Amino acid sequence: MSNLLALAGVNTHIGHYHILQGVDFVVPHGGLTVLLGRNGAGKTTCLRTIMGLWKASAGRIDFDGADISSRSTPAVAQLGIGYVPESMGIFAGLTVRENLTLAAREGPIDTRRLDWMFGFLPALKKFWHLPAGHLSGGQKQMLAIARAIIEPRKLLLVDEPTKGLAPSIIAHMVEAFRELKRTDTTILLVEQNFDFARALGDTVAVMDSGRIVHSGSMRELADDEAQQQKLLGLSLDAHQ
Amino acid sequence: MIRQLLSGDYPRSRALTVVLLLILAGLALAPFVFPGTRSLDVAAKVCVFILLVASYDLLLGYTGIVSFAHTMFFGIGAYGIAIAASRLGPTWGSLALGSLAALVCSALLSLLIGILSLRVKTIFFAMITLAVATFFAILASQLSGFTGGEDGLTYKLPELLLPGTKLFETPLFGVEINGKIVSYYVVFFGAAMLFLALLRVVNSPFGRVLQAIRENDFRAEAIGYRSVIYRSVANCVAALAASAAGILYALWLRYAGPDTTLSFDIMVDILLIVVIGGMGTMYGAVVGATLFVIAQNYLQDLMKLASDAAVGIPLLPNLVHPDRWLLWLGILFILSVYRFPAGIVGKLRAGK
Amino acid sequence: MSQTKDALRVPGPDKIPLALIPVIALAALPLIPSLPTWVTLTVAGLAMGMMIFIMASGLTLVFGLMDVMNFAHGAFITIGAFVATSVLLPLAGWTQTDSLWMNLAALLPAILAAMAVTGALGLAFERVIIKPVYGQHLKQILITMGGLIVAEQSIHVIWGPDIIALSKPATLRGSFIFGDIAIEKYRVLAVIVGLAVFAAMFLVLNRTRVGLLIRAGVEDSEMVESLGYRIRRVFIGVFTAGSALAGLGGVMWALYQETVNSAMGMQVMILIFIVIIIGGLGSVGGCFIGALLVGLVANYVGFLAPKIALGSNILLMVLILLWRPQGLYPVAKR
Repeated sequence: MSNLLALAGVNTHIGHYHILQGVDFVVPHGGLTVLLGRNGAGKTTCLRTIMGLWKASAGRIDFDGADISSRSTPAVAQLGIGYVPESMGIFAGLTVRENLTLAAREGPIDTRRLDWMFGFLPALKKFWHLPAGHLSGGQKQMLAIARAIIEPRKLLLVDEPTKGLAPSIIAHMVEAFRELKRTDTTILLVEQNFDFARALGDTVAVMDSGRIVHSGSMRELADDEAQQQKLLGLSLDAHQ
Repeated sequence: MIRQLLSGDYPRSRALTVVLLLILAGLALAPFVFPGTRSLDVAAKVCVFILLVASYDLLLGYTGIVSFAHTMFFGIGAYGIAIAASRLGPTWGSLALGSLAALVCSALLSLLIGILSLRVKTIFFAMITLAVATFFAILASQLSGFTGGEDGLTYKLPELLLPGTKLFETPLFGVEINGKIVSYYVVFFGAAMLFLALLRVVNSPFGRVLQAIRENDFRAEAIGYRSVIYRSVANCVAALAASAAGILYALWLRYAGPDTTLSFDIMVDILLIVVIGGMGTMYGAVVGATLFVIAQNYLQDLMKLASDAAVGIPLLPNLVHPDRWLLWLGILFILSVYRFPAGIVGKLRAGK
Repeated sequence: MSQTKDALRVPGPDKIPLALIPVIALAALPLIPSLPTWVTLTVAGLAMGMMIFIMASGLTLVFGLMDVMNFAHGAFITIGAFVATSVLLPLAGWTQTDSLWMNLAALLPAILAAMAVTGALGLAFERVIIKPVYGQHLKQILITMGGLIVAEQSIHVIWGPDIIALSKPATLRGSFIFGDIAIEKYRVLAVIVGLAVFAAMFLVLNRTRVGLLIRAGVEDSEMVESLGYRIRRVFIGVFTAGSALAGLGGVMWALYQETVNSAMGMQVMILIFIVIIIGGLGSVGGCFIGALLVGLVANYVGFLAPKIALGSNILLMVLILLWRPQGLYPVAKR
């Protein structure tokens, strides 16, 4: 049993709203798991609950063998979880360098790692001293990802990295994630873009109305069009 | 009948009902039960403050916005009467004109402030209103030719409202019915009617939208501009009611000055009363204002006794000095915000 | 791609607000009858602005970081002034001799005591009063107002209700004379201290890791936590430092006016709020420029039309908000 992350019966309330209604899924060690589902299914809330940005009202979140559901956000991050929120969370007034310096919690940025990252995220090198607010959407997304992996992390949570990006940039993004997959970082990716998910995913979980309605290997789902239609048909129509 | 008067918003507690009835009876019969200049002054001030605080509750308790400009509108009402009466003479016409001018002025000013700053955060609105109100208070004291400056304005009223005017040859229940008593009942009925009107506003569909906005900013933002309009209107209604309170107060005092209407101290008093009385209850204004004004006038005598008795002990005489009662109220205020945001009314209702 | 080109042109910091200061100073020149008067007023305005900046900077940072507007900040200013008075009055012998060293020997402990007390009070205030109401704006405003009432009353209890006279140390009185132009020594000192505080703050914010954390936290504190930092600790530090700066500003303000009274903090608070709004809530640079603008305008208008001096600052605020509704330097918020 080599699951890095396991959610069991997780419930989350936001104000009066009951968003997560008993979420169960696992993220195996290594590889990339995609969390699919239509808008409002609870995917983002799921990531925020893992990060401790919303508190789970019930259930367990086991990471690397310990329940983290009641830990504070900084404590969760310190366990080795990187997070790229849907809004990207770029510090617009800080330069690219400052954004990354801040993310390197352990000390000065490791230059070898940085060079490796420049290899698949070239924009960062080019705009090293530019305030991040002036980057384009795709470049901001690159920076957000770079920030999450500036030091080795066990798990990376990425919320809809393709949102609002042009197809050419999405293709580039696929390459960047392939490069990431060669490391031993485990990735949990929230997506609505099925093509993107299929290109990268090893395992998949599908959410609807605050619950997981399907989980399994990506290949099976990719080959089973009927199943795709049933689980995602609505969402693909609604969002493309 | 009662249901209509109270707009269906009952006290919902036996204890609270009893307290409210006692206050109502006390105020309605004040000239007969508590004769004497000072006690009648206290009663009139209670009436005015009930209206003033209730109008503030509409903002703070029901709409969830903090304004520090409430005394400005209070002052506009008072100065409206004062300036009209002292310039145009003590006629009913000039009083009407002064009141009308004050209300129009308040409405415009409150709408302007609302439109300029209600779109943004609560904190921003609070800061802007604080700055504007301070500016207004300074303006009033600088334009002394118009407002009487720091000294304020003293003026005459129509004869019917003057203490020298006797209405009946013989006293009624042992009390001489003069113009002062007529003024008192003008204040009493004016405040009572406007309080019931405010009660109607908060229980109307409009009032329910306000509370929905307050309760759920999350969703209220989704309806966007409409919440700004609702809050602006609430701000305007509250400002008008505060001005009306100012008008009544000016009729009673025959004086308007910075210290009786515009000062920041009164703003602090209003905040204390509405929070300790109970935010978002309207009846909190009644209970709070009554207790506060009575305490302000009589508790201090008691504290003076204690302070005199404690002479010689370090710090203690200062702690119970009559001027220090705000210290204790301030502490009570902080505890109220944490522990019982529905204030005294909330406590009474919880106890049934 | 044109987008890339745009991004390549590295935009410098927005300098237009900075230019407002000389523009306003020069615009006032023809209105004021004599050059020496203009110089005096300008120096007075800059000195006043610097003192306001010292008092306001902590408040705007606290707001930027945690969305907390502390209405009791003015009480820290007053308390700082009173603590310094309590130190300075017994040392009157040292402050009133004509020796700079004796003067400083009295002044420095007074300032340090004021900053230590207000800093400690700020820490306690944050822990006890504000902590339970984070994220609830309405309660925050109410609770800090309550704190203000209690603090003001406590000042009465400890130091009594009377206004206390506090004279400047002997060597800081009088003026430097250059021909027709007289410049008060104390104002020069205020400008120097203000610049030093601004420079120190600038260096901390731009050259240190804590500064990086603060700047990032002002923009998006949730993301800073997601990177593994306990932003609350940073915030407590900033709150304490801001309260200590309020104490410093209170001492300087009191010596400037040569009186201390329990209402002084609240009187300055109005100017501080205007400055923070003008500068852009959360922006230290904006706060600095806003404070200088307010100081200059208050002095020029105070000379030309004394009756509308405070009104002029409200007018300044309205004009700036019409031009930039979020203030001079809007802080990018998530």
